[in-house]
Amino acid sequence: MTPFPLDLPALLGHWGQYVVYLAIGFGFGYVLESSGFGNSLKLARQFYFRDLTVLKVMFGAIVTAMVLIFAATGLGLLDYNAIWVNPTYLWPGIVGGLIMGVGFIIGGFCPGTSLVSLATLKLDGVFFVLGGLFGIFLFGETVDSFAAFWNSSYMGRFTVPDWLDLPVGVVVLGIVLMALFMFWGGEQLEKRFGGKDLKREPKARYAGAAVLALAAASLIFIGQPTTADKWQAISAEKEPLLAERSVQIHPGELLDAQHDDSVKVIMLDLRNEVDYNLFHIAGARRVSIEELPGLIPDLLLEPSNTLFVTMSNGEEAATEAWQLLSAESVPNVYILDGGINGWLDVFASADPGLRKSLAAVESDRLSYEFDLALGARSPAATPDPHEFDLEYTRKVQMELKRGPAGGGCG
Amino acid sequence: MAAESRTSPGANAPGSLPATRRRFFAQGETRGYIHPYLGGALLGVVLFLAFFITGNGLGASGGLNNIIGFVQDLIAPDHMDRVPYLVKIAGGDKNPLDSYLVFVVLGAILGGFASGWRNGRVKVETIRGPHITPRTRWAMAFLGGAIMGYGARFARGCTSGQALSGGAVLSVGSWAFMFAVFGGAYGLAYALRRFWL
Repeated sequence: MTPFPLDLPALLGHWGQYVVYLAIGFGFGYVLESSGFGNSLKLARQFYFRDLTVLKVMFGAIVTAMVLIFAATGLGLLDYNAIWVNPTYLWPGIVGGLIMGVGFIIGGFCPGTSLVSLATLKLDGVFFVLGGLFGIFLFGETVDSFAAFWNSSYMGRFTVPDWLDLPVGVVVLGIVLMALFMFWGGEQLEKRFGGKDLKREPKARYAGAAVLALAAASLIFIGQPTTADKWQAISAEKEPLLAERSVQIHPGELLDAQHDDSVKVIMLDLRNEVDYNLFHIAGARRVSIEELPGLIPDLLLEPSNTLFVTMSNGEEAATEAWQLLSAESVPNVYILDGGINGWLDVFASADPGLRKSLAAVESDRLSYEFDLALGARSPAATPDPHEFDLEYTRKVQMELKRGPAGGGCG
Repeated sequence: MAAESRTSPGANAPGSLPATRRRFFAQGETRGYIHPYLGGALLGVVLFLAFFITGNGLGASGGLNNIIGFVQDLIAPDHMDRVPYLVKIAGGDKNPLDSYLVFVVLGAILGGFASGWRNGRVKVETIRGPHITPRTRWAMAFLGGAIMGYGARFARGCTSGQALSGGAVLSVGSWAFMFAVFGGAYGLAYALRRFWL
């Protein structure tokens, strides 16, 4: 397993983890103030092409962090699936961005910079923070009147490499080159509108640009780990779980989980369409193993109390899916013990019309015969937990996933 | 910024503290800002460490959101439990201060103060364009802050949480947001030039 991000609550305790966040916030505020972001005039001059510090610091920070993050994921130190990627709500994001741009040029800050302005006792910063709190309060009171728009154009965890269908390294290099071009353009603007003497700028910035571009280019060669690489890295830890059968849950445990209000159950049925149409557990979603990787960004955004259960007729395809999901860091994934056949063996009595096939069945084939495509209409698809008194060993242990609890700024 | 020499009042006055200790706690001499590219690289390292260690990026408006939620919850807890958006912040016995974002905000204020103190920039003043009064500047700051706060929640994150953090991990929405912020500010800048230049 990748060593980072760290499981902070486990290491430091629930409140102890906040010490780390306090330290990160400290570094954040220190650098912002040192860069002059507590000074509204300096920030506003960005928009009159006099002083492009905002652009340089912001894009400088984005490209530096981006190169380091994808170097760390490429080298297998950091798990990209365990870090928070802001989900995309395209139009609300754009409208909110335009509103913020207006607020920026009127007020002279963004929320982060106003904090350091307040910390250095600038009164305009203090008024901005008060205004900001009022605006946030106002939003909380009014959002329900336009909730439909606010939740529209949702695209989930949607990244630039997914959008352009390009390797991560190529995208990172492209963004770095774009940023360097913007820095060059920004300096030209400062010279023209701000009367800045570029000859007095440090020569070291060329070296910095070269290092950044080379580092970004090397990401193309490092590449990013594939699902197979990730499985390779965790198989020594995960294979024993399969062998001990500690991740195969009894049909009764799945049924109880379905009726447990504190758990959200997502059932992934890996069988073909014909078998799925003949019979499936009510609420199960059919997905082929080929489609599964595309589903992972959505699964990662499910709430932390989500239990994922993979199923096939037997266990073969379900186990393969379990390996894939585990490799991609989806938490709390289990396999239905015995598959759909196992489920029917337990609950078939709910549907007197069900017939077990007498012929020997190959592995991962349906061992029941159906005259009609019942889908989830068979009573065995929705057994009543009170009618079955089942004994089984509980295996599900819900774990909080490492890293983000699902937050970011939003 | 004005590079005035800074001797805080009373720094040389006889006090109870020994001289060396007084110097240690005294505000540093006023210094200029660091080079923007250095600032960008350092901020990038902080942002990387945030993701690397915790899996979360940076944020400011989210923490303020929780703080205002905490205040609202003290005043009107029933209201917090009825409005769907507010339930997520302080519904039931949920403590809005129990969030990493609150600690990032507190840390940022401390860090900003430490840098300002070390570099002699902690001073009660109003930074404004040459043609407006402090009072006008305060009104603009409050109004701009309110618009900014509203927009930040609308966009589910501010410049730090969306643009900086989401941009670095290549979220499509964060990049669209970032261009919208610059677009909005540049679009209105010319009309407001009297306030700043």
